[in-house]
Amino acid sequence: MDLIIQGFAWIFTPAHWTTTVFGTGILDALTQHLILTGISLFFTILIAIPIGFYIGHTGRGRGIAIILSNVARALPTLGLLSVLILFIPDVAGIPSNYIPNIVVFVLLGIPALLAGAYAGLESVDRQTIDAARAVGMTEWQILQKVEIPLGAALIVGGLRATSLQLVSTVTISSLLGQVSLGSFISNGVATNDYPQMMAGAILVAALALIIDGLLAVVQRFVVPRGVSRGANDRRNTTARGRKAAAATQGTPITEGI
Amino acid sequence: MIEFKSVSKLYPDGTRAVDDFSVIIPSRKTTVFVGSSGCGKTTLLRMINRMVDPTSGTIEIDSRDIAQTEPVRLRRSIGYVMQNSGLLPHRKVIDNVATVLLLTKVPKAEAYERALTLLDTVGLDRVLANRYPGELSGGQQQRVGVARGLAADPNILLMDEPFGAVDPIVRTELQAETMRLQRELDKTIVFVTHDIDEAFLLGDQVIILEKGARIAQKGTPEEILARPASDFVASFIGAERGKRRLTVSSGVQANGDDLVLVDAGGYAAGVIAAPDGKLATGNASPKSRSVSNKTSQAGDA
Ligand SMILES: Nc1ncnc2c1ncn2[C@@H]1O[C@H](COP(=O)(O)OP(=O)(O)OP(=O)(O)O)[C@@H](O)[C@H]1O
Ligand SMILES: [Mg+2]
Repeated sequence: MDLIIQGFAWIFTPAHWTTTVFGTGILDALTQHLILTGISLFFTILIAIPIGFYIGHTGRGRGIAIILSNVARALPTLGLLSVLILFIPDVAGIPSNYIPNIVVFVLLGIPALLAGAYAGLESVDRQTIDAARAVGMTEWQILQKVEIPLGAALIVGGLRATSLQLVSTVTISSLLGQVSLGSFISNGVATNDYPQMMAGAILVAALALIIDGLLAVVQRFVVPRGVSRGANDRRNTTARGRKAAAATQGTPITEGI
Repeated sequence: MIEFKSVSKLYPDGTRAVDDFSVIIPSRKTTVFVGSSGCGKTTLLRMINRMVDPTSGTIEIDSRDIAQTEPVRLRRSIGYVMQNSGLLPHRKVIDNVATVLLLTKVPKAEAYERALTLLDTVGLDRVLANRYPGELSGGQQQRVGVARGLAADPNILLMDEPFGAVDPIVRTELQAETMRLQRELDKTIVFVTHDIDEAFLLGDQVIILEKGARIAQKGTPEEILARPASDFVASFIGAERGKRRLTVSSGVQANGDDLVLVDAGGYAAGVIAAPDGKLATGNASPKSRSVSNKTSQAGDA
């Protein structure tokens, strides 16, 4: 308990926001942390969303995706990072070790978002999709106007899970020299400065909570009207809907809408 | 005119849903496919808008092979109404009705104006335009489904058991509305049902199907009732059980000159006018049936 108070005290020491014994202040570390998370999230979305939509729309490739996702989840993050740092050369203009870090984070971030994307699409009532096709929507229009809006809650659920995972995992990049909020943890451990270590942990947790909270708001916001009122009660009682909801990590749409 | 020319459909799992089916569906009339569950009705219907492609054979609309028409374009030109309405739950009634118009790039204002008019056409109050489908009754949803099917002013309207999920009273209303629409709008309606009474009520041409969409009998309701082509047809239309062979009840006296009719089982089936003790005769053409229904469709869901 004392340590937690000391951690907060460390955070609320104004000087620590701009500089610490190691030079990096909280603001700097926070910025680096967010940039690294943001870039990783960007590439995760770039890869996971199209693949997830493809699987969800066509129903093809689901088995392979699950296997690969499980493999990615099982990867030892730190081990992989150390190996990649050895094999991926630095590129001019990009900070050293940046690319290996991002590669690892993206690999780690993909499974949850991928699952959210295809589970979101799969949760949409087949008859609704069939009807959309029968009135003359193209496959692209079905995806855009029917599957994405109706699956949005689960898709954002996947985004939420992935973002949380990235925010917390980016912490470990400090172990290999990358500045992030994790720097305070590793520095604190290295110098037996436990208040600083605790401060780092608190900052990471707080950031994760804030991002999760924001996305929770977004998640409510994306549930289309008409679906949130009664109509989706019926939809969620189908075995398909329940299974799809369970497949995603993150909070399923049934929570108090 | 829609023409099936030796059409077969073999699903990938080996089910022969349609086996060498040939038929001509005349324009501006209602043709009903009727048969028990799994006999291939839906498959037949969905081949007309290429939701299902035949394994062999061709389907022509106005003598043009539909395989040559791009499915999306074909579907936009054919109305489709299904059992569960199939409305988009996240779109307001008005947007659902306007879907096809907006897809075909009709200006928004015009599309909405037409959609509102269509609500009138199918007997829905315009105030429902801004509701979501989940806020409507089943019968109202079906009407919206019909309005959506009519939006692009298609010549052909496909209806797959559209009234299967509503209660009998609403169903009777919707059936009457369908007949009114057919009279007023002069569409070619292809209607699927497993209810023989509904088939006889709505169909100018009724096609009774057996498994594999084999035609057991084809004709007007009167022809089929008068001369069932086989035992299968007879039992399907209920003639065999005597349900449709009615006799005047000797026991019960009705009001005035009416006589009570009973079926072979002795159950009351209706009354018939018999002025001066003589049975009245009617004109058994579809026209007369539609007209008599015109007066009795005041109800609204
Ligand atoms: N996509 C499909 N894949 C495989 N078999 C199918 C498919 N769709 C339908 N069938 C089969 O084809 C046959 C005809 O089906 P269809 O849906 O046309 O029947 P139906 O007459 O409409 O029945 P119902 O009255 O129950 O709606 C059935 O045996 C059905 O199981
Ligand atoms: Mg069917």
